[in-house]
Amino acid sequence: MNVNWKNIGLFGLVALLILWTGMFQSWNSALLIINMGLVSAIMALGVNIQWGYAGLFNVGVMGFVALGGLAVVITSEAPVREAWAAGGPRLLAGLAFAVAVLAAAVALYRRMAAGRTRALALTALLVVGFFAYRAIFDPAVDAVEAVNPAATGYLGGLGLPVVLAWLVGGLLAAGVAWAIGKTALGLRSDYLAIATLGISEIVIAVLKNEEWLARGVKNVNGLDRPWPVPYEVDLQQSTEFVGWAAGWGFDPVITSSIVVKLAYAGLFIIVLAILMWMSQAALNSPWGRMMRAIRDNEVAAEAMGKDVTRRHLQVFILGSAVIGIAGAMMTTLDGLFTPGTYQPLRYTFLVWVMVIVGGSGSNWGSVLGGFVIWFFWVQVEPLGRWLMDVLTSGMADDSALRAHLIDSAAHMRLLTMGVILLLVLRFSPRGLIPEK
Amino acid sequence: MDFLNAIVALSNFVLIPAIAYGSQLALGALGVTLIYGILRFSNFAHGDTMAFGAMVTILFTWWFQSMGINLGPLPTALLALPFGILGAAALMLATDRVVYRFYRRVKAKPIVFVMASIGVMFIMNGIVRFVVGPGDQRFADGARFIISARDFRDWSGLSEGLAIRTSQGITVITAVVVVAALFWFLNRTRTGKSMRAFSDNEDLALLSGINPERVVMITWFIVAALATIAGVLYGLDKSFKPFTYFQLLLPIFASAIVGGLGNPIGAIAGGFVIAFSEVMVTYAWKKVLGHLLPDSLAPDGLVQLLSTDYKFAVSFAILVVVLLFKPTGLFKGKSV
Repeated sequence: MNVNWKNIGLFGLVALLILWTGMFQSWNSALLIINMGLVSAIMALGVNIQWGYAGLFNVGVMGFVALGGLAVVITSEAPVREAWAAGGPRLLAGLAFAVAVLAAAVALYRRMAAGRTRALALTALLVVGFFAYRAIFDPAVDAVEAVNPAATGYLGGLGLPVVLAWLVGGLLAAGVAWAIGKTALGLRSDYLAIATLGISEIVIAVLKNEEWLARGVKNVNGLDRPWPVPYEVDLQQSTEFVGWAAGWGFDPVITSSIVVKLAYAGLFIIVLAILMWMSQAALNSPWGRMMRAIRDNEVAAEAMGKDVTRRHLQVFILGSAVIGIAGAMMTTLDGLFTPGTYQPLRYTFLVWVMVIVGGSGSNWGSVLGGFVIWFFWVQVEPLGRWLMDVLTSGMADDSALRAHLIDSAAHMRLLTMGVILLLVLRFSPRGLIPEK
Repeated sequence: MDFLNAIVALSNFVLIPAIAYGSQLALGALGVTLIYGILRFSNFAHGDTMAFGAMVTILFTWWFQSMGINLGPLPTALLALPFGILGAAALMLATDRVVYRFYRRVKAKPIVFVMASIGVMFIMNGIVRFVVGPGDQRFADGARFIISARDFRDWSGLSEGLAIRTSQGITVITAVVVVAALFWFLNRTRTGKSMRAFSDNEDLALLSGINPERVVMITWFIVAALATIAGVLYGLDKSFKPFTYFQLLLPIFASAIVGGLGNPIGAIAGGFVIAFSEVMVTYAWKKVLGHLLPDSLAPDGLVQLLSTDYKFAVSFAILVVVLLFKPTGLFKGKSV
């Protein structure tokens, strides 16, 4: 029971920190920290499923987060009819053709006997297939991107409710995870790390350059909000709401944005609770014990008849799906999809720091880590600038060194994250809430 | 005549840049592969080690430039290079002391080393950005070209020009010298042999009295030298920007794995495989084909297989193919 009190105390401490933000900075930023903390907690949960349950090292969290964001655009945005008319079917045909060529290549590889003939046939098929695919695909892309490029220039989405997009985000991430896991799992543990690092860079490159898909770096703004979340403008125009706020003595503008954030927080808490319940149940089930057995001693688990590579693939897909869901939620919260802002530091390594600080293998630890690290991530930058200001206050005002130091304070985040990661890894590898 | 033009265009836009880029990747991959062979983990901090070494070199270059010291037609950076190597080596040895040695002593799993190296990567990245900032830095000086496109056209009378930049020439020459010295060291000297022994079989090496800490120290020193040289050459050839060095990590890993992790010859071969594929796939072939084909068949489009934004996808695709079909790499690497 002792441990439990410590954990509750830790969560209480985080709550106090956020309360402090609310009282001394603003309730808006406190709620923002809570919302992003919830999203971060889900991301950390996903990474923990991979790392904590199975010891899989995924350095491509960013890619899966971005796929979740893409899911929001392609699910919830209204379809662009002119673009579909201009090149939609042909574009899909091109993609289908590419898949068919790949399938044919796989079939060819399996059917033919190994040797030079097979290599030649395979190369010929792929080269011809590639050019044919480009011939079908490229004109369609040009046609789609030419449709009102300032406002649309892409195919749009399916026009479905945005909450569905969260599921789609999970599915997209799971699909990519399957492809990566198939190649890199079962080899040395380092290879998965390198492969995931690669795929995340490529996902971002695709999102930035394929404008027909989600407008690339032109971004998609004004994404739908999930059902119970109101729009600030609507609230401010509703006499009922303004009267209610006035009755309490609140400023209607600030209150409206707080209400919106509270609504998001409610939704996110529901998602986190469901995922958390599922993760805990999985961890304590025979399946969870099997995963830990595999993690702690692969050879022994294999000797007991467990298919280690298959289990790894399974858990890798599950974890990535959770990350994808979190990515979709984050994009919904932001209300816009900006492929240019995905950076490995923010979306891969920060999440890793959360998991490790929280305690690898412990779901509650990941949630705690998500909140703690996000809080400091938000608060450290002003703190760093202030610190630099104080440290350099002895120097002359026009000193070039002082200006340089103050400018560079922003890069202190990298340094701080690295130091935290190394310190926790070295001195407290079990984290704040250790695995039981 | 057109055939000659095609060859010249091909050399100018594909062969020469790819050879220079391949040499840079090979030097980077050698560092990764040495760490993997001796310390047995994939060092994610390698890209930022390159950035750090290059940064120290750049600072010394600027200092020399401000004092008016230069090498005439050669870039001043070559003079500053030894200082960059010393700076990077000092940092690597310090990191090993503070970070990696502990995990070696407790015989941690390789994946823990990888995570620690990610922490180190952050810190180095932070230091580099803190000192020189995240922007582009120019430090190349001296003559820009060995052969400029116009001189070549005047000399040969062809319509295509062939340019060889000084940085490209220096890259290739330096790479050859460094690789030769490295192989001489690994194969001929006592220390080099003890390193190879340690890499092949740690237990036997320990049994025959090889001091592991010494081997590790020398490895870090060599890696620092290789990384700094690769980083400076890349910076001279393209430009110095901290983030691009982080992005170089993927092609470098791909080179090392394609050649077979832990195998130095493989790392060099892998570097060139990756560089040539990357340049050839992202090059617009319109010009070369225009010279080769009769006018009626000349292509309308750019004939570019993939846009240059996808150049990382090329190294990744090669990496995936190698992992699928030959996980030990083209030359036999250490283990799967």
